[in-house]
Amino acid sequence: MSSYRTPLARARGLGSAKHGVGTWISERVGGMALVPLTLWGVFAVLRLAAGDYGFAVAWIGEPVNAVLMVLLIAISFWHMQLGLRVVIEDYIEKALSKTALLVLNLFVCGLAGALAVFSILKVAFGGA
Amino acid sequence: MSEAARSSRERPLSPHLQVWRWHLTMFTSIAHRATGIALYVGALIAAAWAVSLAGGPEAYNAFKAVMGSPLGKLVMFGLTVSFFYHLANGVRHLVWDAGQGFDIKSANASSVLVIAFAIAASIAIWVIAGMTGAF
Repeated sequence: MSSYRTPLARARGLGSAKHGVGTWISERVGGMALVPLTLWGVFAVLRLAAGDYGFAVAWIGEPVNAVLMVLLIAISFWHMQLGLRVVIEDYIEKALSKTALLVLNLFVCGLAGALAVFSILKVAFGGA
Repeated sequence: MSEAARSSRERPLSPHLQVWRWHLTMFTSIAHRATGIALYVGALIAAAWAVSLAGGPEAYNAFKAVMGSPLGKLVMFGLTVSFFYHLANGVRHLVWDAGQGFDIKSANASSVLVIAFAIAASIAIWVIAGMTGAF
C-alpha cells in the first residue's frame, strides 16, 4: 500500500518530548553540587564512625551539619534517580517491565530520600 | 519507495560487546554505571543510618554493629572505591560536556588518571580511618 501520509505526518510524535534537555542539565548540575557535598560526606562518615550515638545526635544538631546532610541526601537521591532511569531505559526493552522499573526507581528514591531527610530534621530539632 | 520495502531493508547495527576488542575507555564507561548502581545501594544505607539515628540509641547501635562487622566493612570499602571512581569519572564527564578532552589520547590518559585516583584516594581514606579510630 503506497502511503498518502506526508513526510511531516510520519515524523510527528517521534521526536523529543521537549524536556529531555532540562533533565540532562539537572543531572549534571546536581553532579556538580555533589562534588563538594560528597567529599564533606566522606569526612562526616569518618567522624560518625569513630563516635557513638550521643556524638551523632550532637553532631547533627549543628545547623551546618544538618543542612549539608539534608542537601547531600536530597541531591544524591535526585541524581541517582536520574542515573538509574537512564540505565533502565537503555537495557530494559519490554514496555511493561521498563515502566514498572522506572516507577519503582522513582518511588524508592522518593521514599528513602523523604525518610532520611525527615529523620535528620527530627534529630536536629531535638526530637531524638 | 513504499514503507514496507523500506522497513525490510537491512538496517545498520552497532557492534555488540562480544565483537569488540576491550579497551580502557570502554571499561571506564561501564564502570561509571556499575559504580553508580553500587552508590545507589550506598545511598540507601545512608538513609538507613538517618532512620536508625532518629530511632534512638538501640536502633543506632544495631546499625553500627551491622556496618562494623567484617561484611559491613567490606561493603564500605567497595563503596569507597565506587565513590572515588564515580566522583573522578563524573568530573571527567563534565569536562567532556564542556567539549574538552574528546580525542583518543586525552580520553585514554584521563582513564588512567581516574582509575589511579580512585585507588589512591580509597587507600588514603582507609588509612585515615585506621588512624582516627573510625575503622
